Amino acid sequence: MSVAEATRLVGVGVGRGLVVGPVVRVHPAPVVPADGGPPDADVDAAFEAVGDVLRAQADVATGTLADVLRATAGIATDPALREEVARRVAAGERPAQAVDRSVEQFAQMFLAAGGPLAERVTDLRSVRDRVVARLLGEAEPGVPVLARPSVVVAHDLAPADTAALEIEKVLAIVTVHGGPTGHTAIIAGQLGIPCVVRVPGAAALADGEEVAVDAAAGTVERAPGEDRHEQARARRSAAAELEKDTSPGRTAEGHPVALLANVGSPADARRAVGVEGSGLFRTEVLFLGHASAPTLAEQTAAYADVLRAFGGRKVVVRTLDAGADKPLPFADQPGEENPALGVRGYRLVRREPGLLRTQLAALAAAADATGVDPWVMAPMIATVSETEEFVDLARSAGLRGPVGVMVEVPSAALRAADLLAVADFVSLGTNDLAQYTMATDRLRGSLVDLLDPWQPAVLDLVAATARAARAVGKPVGVCGESAADPLMALVLVGLGVTSLSMSAGAVPSVRYAVGRHTRARCAELAQLALASRTAHEARAAVRAAVDDQVGATLGL
Amino acid sequence: MSERTVAVGSAQGLHARPASIFTEAAKKSPVKVTVARPGGKPVDAASMLLVMTLAVKQGEEIVLRAEGDGADLALDGLAELLARDLDTAS
Repeated sequence: MSVAEATRLVGVGVGRGLVVGPVVRVHPAPVVPADGGPPDADVDAAFEAVGDVLRAQADVATGTLADVLRATAGIATDPALREEVARRVAAGERPAQAVDRSVEQFAQMFLAAGGPLAERVTDLRSVRDRVVARLLGEAEPGVPVLARPSVVVAHDLAPADTAALEIEKVLAIVTVHGGPTGHTAIIAGQLGIPCVVRVPGAAALADGEEVAVDAAAGTVERAPGEDRHEQARARRSAAAELEKDTSPGRTAEGHPVALLANVGSPADARRAVGVEGSGLFRTEVLFLGHASAPTLAEQTAAYADVLRAFGGRKVVVRTLDAGADKPLPFADQPGEENPALGVRGYRLVRREPGLLRTQLAALAAAADATGVDPWVMAPMIATVSETEEFVDLARSAGLRGPVGVMVEVPSAALRAADLLAVADFVSLGTNDLAQYTMATDRLRGSLVDLLDPWQPAVLDLVAATARAARAVGKPVGVCGESAADPLMALVLVGLGVTSLSMSAGAVPSVRYAVGRHTRARCAELAQLALASRTAHEARAAVRAAVDDQVGATLGL
Repeated sequence: MSERTVAVGSAQGLHARPASIFTEAAKKSPVKVTVARPGGKPVDAASMLLVMTLAVKQGEEIVLRAEGDGADLALDGLAELLARDLDTAS
């Protein structure tokens, strides 16, 4: 390979970190070829080897991961599964095909039984993938157990893959596909892990080779020199310096701008230190991976846990936002042709009103148990009628805190004054607002330029919503990832946004940027953005006008 | 043919960790052991996958059967294991 050949790979960065470390690849699941794979592959040896590998991994893992690995090893040595495979091979099936079909037979049995059994199907299929890969002579698929801090490189990571990662050993995540508002990126942002997505050249990275991942620049550099190591150390110490400031968000002249963290679980809530609360508690995370909805008692306990973790600080709870890119087995409508435009978010109430009622009851019970009244808001609201309905439901469930709605649909932004006549507050979800304003699937990575939150049309809708809120003196927050961009945060403050909620790791940079500008200066920056014709021009105009020291310190 | 009927003691029933502990023990037993719901079709007690498909909850009874030398001793051990709460076992 020549030196010029792709030593610097370019993608879309998420976060601001810069790290240097060794690559660990996540290989995709194998596909059984049409001919069924090699006829003479040793199926018993493959099962034994997979069992051995999983047990060895379980021995060095801890907690839930160790239990899951041990249970998965048990599946690889299960006599009933092995007998079924042997029977199929004796009947003339190719080994890989026999494994594939036998596992699917058990998986169907488990899915039919439902409940906790259905949740084991992931483990079954993971055994299938590993054994079939061996039979086909392919690399071990799935998320590897990390022996040392590493840069995880994958084609794409499913939410289940991300959950299987040992986060404390993940230096950075690099994906070939995916988008900056996809779930891998959001989770990485939440955990403060530098992430670069849509890096076509990443497919060529080899296990063990050293790379420098720069999330701020969106680059992955192969064979980085000592200077990059030095920069990584400098960036780390600058970030550590900013992290020491945990004061409430203020503009330069002292006008408050609440800085909040987006969280999905009690564990996230406990990690969210140095913030004024949570502007987005994504409750669907508690529902993911469940074959049926968690019970009232389970939900109450989880919500109370999060409220307690914030110890009386503000917590804005978003009710279940399932559907489209966040499918749930018990809420899904099979055969939706256009799920992002279908029954998702608040609209689930049309089909499964019990889900929302139970959730609101659990929130009220959690409020009673903790003495903390959460703010509550519904996702994917399109009309004032839906707003009225949700406010009624929340009030009759006994919730005493502010009740609001999310503005993610252009109709809600355009009619924000009507919504705010009914709701106590609104919160802008800029990822979905961009998706629906620009008619661009947020999972379609190749259209990432259209999803840019700097698109002037998206900014116009944010401005309209903030104007409506200011007119009636009600809070307007932003809880999309755009709040995590220090430049965009200044524009949002300038438009009149009263709180910014983002991944906890992004708060120090945003606090610093906001604190170095007055509200009047932010309003001027917002006007520069709104006066631009393109997303690129809007960002460039704001970048050129921002405080010099902020630009230099944050590497903007 | 020896037989034992025992009520499952584990809080979550015979799933995940308890099922894994039970089937590992059954694998080590010198005789082939089957397990069934009363009146149901017996399955290999050494197969975690099949044992889990029985979906036995806490307090529900299951029937263990085995034949041959050491069958009684093996069944006594397994029955004692099943009666305990294996979720909290260390």
